[in-house]
Formats: sequence, structure tokens, C-alpha cells
Amino acid sequence: MASRRVRFTFEPELIKEPVIYRIGHLFDVVTNIRMADVDETVGWVILELSGDPDEIERATAWAEQQGVRVDPLAGDVVEG
Amino acid sequence: MSFDRALRCRECGREYPLAPVFSCEFCFGPLEVAYDYDAMRGRVTRESIAAGPATLWRYADLLPCDPEYRVDIGTGFTPLQRADRLAAAVGLRTLWLKNDTVNPTWSFKDRVVSVAIARARQFGFEVIACASTGNLANAVCAHAARAGMDVFVFIPDDLEHGKVVGSAVYHPTLVMVDGTYDDVNRLCTEVSQSYPWAFVNINVRPYYAEGSRTLGFEVAEQLGWRAPEACVVPMASGSLFTKIHKGLTEFAALGLIDEPGTRMFGAQAEGCSPITTAHRAGTLNFVPQKPNTIARSLAIGNPADGYYALKTMAETEGGAEMATDEEIVDGIRLLAETEGIFAETAGGVTVACLRKLVASGAIAPDEETVAFITGAGLKTVEAVAGRVADPLRVPARTEVFAEALAERRGQAAAPAGAGGR
Ligand SMILES: Cc1ncc(COP(=O)(O)O)c(C=O)c1O
Ligand SMILES: [Zn+2]
Repeated sequence: MASRRVRFTFEPELIKEPVIYRIGHLFDVVTNIRMADVDETVGWVILELSGDPDEIERATAWAEQQGVRVDPLAGDVVEG
Repeated sequence: MSFDRALRCRECGREYPLAPVFSCEFCFGPLEVAYDYDAMRGRVTRESIAAGPATLWRYADLLPCDPEYRVDIGTGFTPLQRADRLAAAVGLRTLWLKNDTVNPTWSFKDRVVSVAIARARQFGFEVIACASTGNLANAVCAHAARAGMDVFVFIPDDLEHGKVVGSAVYHPTLVMVDGTYDDVNRLCTEVSQSYPWAFVNINVRPYYAEGSRTLGFEVAEQLGWRAPEACVVPMASGSLFTKIHKGLTEFAALGLIDEPGTRMFGAQAEGCSPITTAHRAGTLNFVPQKPNTIARSLAIGNPADGYYALKTMAETEGGAEMATDEEIVDGIRLLAETEGIFAETAGGVTVACLRKLVASGAIAPDEETVAFITGAGLKTVEAVAGRVADPLRVPARTEVFAEALAERRGQAAAPAGAGGR
């Protein structure tokens, strides 16, 4: 078991898609939302994904394929 | 002594003991150091600060680390220089430059690293690490060398030469990551979870970020214990921007200056402008971008403090600008030609945005402004290559020199020329 904290960012056309719900069904991963906000221009969700590390990897890769931007929680880790 | 008291979640306000953690267990919001200002009041005075060393350690009472763990290579208390020639060029009456190019590794990152490494030692870490596009790595390597600590730095493999050598010379373990920017991010997030290292901008980020407040402290002290009317600050993660304002506000809360009323303006490169773009759209929710700009030091597409920077802009009636690569190079040259300071691309962004903010009326001509020049030009010579004064090439013979000079002056006097140099 592992857990990964990530930020999902959704472009407007994706906001209505139940991406997080589907992750829970398509993969053996538990999703736990902690913070979120949505407006006309963008939506973001901060959540924890728990499960087998490879399964988490597959789940985030799938989310990226759907057009979601997936970032580690601290924002970009690389600094100037 | 330090008056740090706890870590506090910026979103839900929950408090945690001072530890190497960066996000709230409950809401995952970012943690920030909380201080005991009541205890500070009366003990931290203009006199106590002025009696300190001419480095950022003069503000030791305001920093979240025990000064006995400090690693001192002379960071901070850099010049605040009045800039009349640049002021005239951009259309301002009073402009000051905070020249942070003269720090030990030639960028403001020495400030944040000074605090991060002291706190890391206080926590008992033996290894320090970071992931960086250059400046942060340079500062971490130098301070670690001075402290005799093991150091690991992760950098993308397409960095400017000066920034690679500027780390390598201190003999760290330098890890050049073959891949995209996102690959570097992913690797470092995973590494930071698997190794017991102090990653300056991850697990000790709450302490690290506090170091930037010293820029606000210094400006207020150097102006004779008062705040300017406007600040122009380059933004990557947005941390520096928010912390300069926090520093001014804290000085007022301690009675060291009057309520600041300073308007905060942020500067970004057009090729990586998530914060400025969100400001223009009138939202606090930025859309992450894939960076593409010569200003590599500011190329953070998903800024950790973007939301808070946008809030600070709104609260101070400030604003944001962005500059193209072309304008950035012009900004570097204008700063060098008018004020004798050779800045890296981040300085070019600041000067270019300052000019646009005044031109658009966002900053009024009579607003006393401080522009923050945060890194030195020799780190990014590639950016200005081919865009600076062309030498007169001559053999060692006076008559040939005289001819060449006459020819150059003739060119300079030609209608399109801007006059002799
Ligand atoms: C020279 C320079 N100026 C400004 C910044 C912006 O810092 P921040 O990430 O705190 O916005 C950076 C680094 O990221 C930098 O290297
Ligand atoms: Zn919280």
C-alpha cells in the first residue's frame, strides 16, 4: 500500500467529467478529496490516492490521458 | 533567539509542532511558520536590528531557526540603490533597485537557503538536497560546502552552462535528469519521499520560504524605516512575492514602521505566466502552463504559491505584468546601460514589466517604487549573446584604431543611431 498526494487540474471542457469517480471504478485505488475549487476558467482538486504503487501510477496515467494535468502536491518541485 | 511557535495551515488554520513537514494532514493545505509576535514586541527594535551584522542574520530574531545552526557566507543586507537614470527611462520620479545580484552565489536564493539549511541542521539532517533550474542549486551547494554537509542536487540537463558550473564547483552530487521538466518533478517528488534528506523546497519549504521576508525587512530599514509605495517582484512559484509583502506587514505589526500600504506588482515571462494570466482573468485559480521562455529561473508552470500571490495582489491593489523574450533581453540591457547592474533573465523580466506597468498607468509616475533584481547576469550570458555591444577589433596600431573609431562614430552618428557611446 502506498499513497500519493496530487493536484488535478481540469480545463473547462473536462470539469463536467466524473474523472475521479471513474478512477475509483477502473482502478484498485481509493480516492480521498481534501480541497477543491471550480470556476469558469479552471477547476482543481487536491486529493490522496491510496493503493498499490503501480496501480496509482496507472490511475494517474489514465487521468492524464483524459486531459487532466496531474502534479505533485507541492506544485512544481523544481525551483529557480 | 527565534520566536517561532508552530506551523499553521494557511487554509484551515490547524497548528502543528515545528517539524520537517509541509502540508496539513487534514486539508493538505500548505503550512506556514507562526511566531509569537507578542513576545517579539519590545525585544525586536530598530536598535536591536541595527546592532546586528551586515547580513540577513541581523534579523535572526525574526527567522524560524536557532542562530547557532547558521551557515554564514555573507548572505543578505545587499545594496538598495537609487536609480534615477532607469527611473527617467521608464517614466518614474523615484525608483530604487534592491540589488540582490551581489549575494554569495549571486541570487536571492542564498537567503532562503540560509534559513533552510540552518533549520535542517537544527532538525538533525545530515544531507541536504534540492531540485532546481540553477539558482537554488548554486545556493544549496555553496552553503552545504561551508557546513560540510552531504549535498544532492537535481537539475534538468539543458541548463545554462554558468548555472551548472556554479553548482559543480562546490563538489556536490549533481544529478542531471534526462527528460522533460515534468519528469524531473516526478523523480524528485519520489526521491524526497524515499530518502531521509532535507529537501529545501519540499519538506523544509515552510522554513525556507521565510528567508525571503528579509528582502522586505531590508528595504524598509534601508529606506529609513518606512515602506515604499510600490514593489515590482519577479514571480516563479510566487513565494518571494508574498513573503516580501509579509515582511513589510510584520515590521508594521512590530511597530518598526507605519502601516505599509505598499502595492505589490508581480512580473512574469510571457512564456510562463500562469499567475499574470489568472490576474488578468480576475480569478485566484490559475491554469498551469508548460513553460517556454529564456527566463528559466522563473519557469514554474504550476506555482505552489500562485493562489496566495494573486490574493496579495488583490489585497494591496497591485497587479501583474508579463514580458516577451525580446523584452526581457531589452530589460537586461536597459538595466545594465542605465544603472551598471548586469542581471540574469529574471532581472530582465522585472525591468521589462516595470516599464510596462508605468506605461499602462498601473503604477503612477509619482509612486515611489522598488524593483527587485534577484540574480546576476553572468549566470545567463547565453540570453544576451549577440545582443550586446560589438567590440572594435583592431591590431595594436594607433592609426588603425583611429580609423576604426572614426568609422564606428560615423555609424553612431547615422540617422538611425542613438548617439555615441
Ligand atoms: C533569480 C530569481 N528570481 C526570482 C525567483 C522567483 O522566486 P519564487 O519561486 O519565490 O517566486 C527565482 C526562483 O525561482 C529566481 O531564481
Ligand atoms: Zn489545513
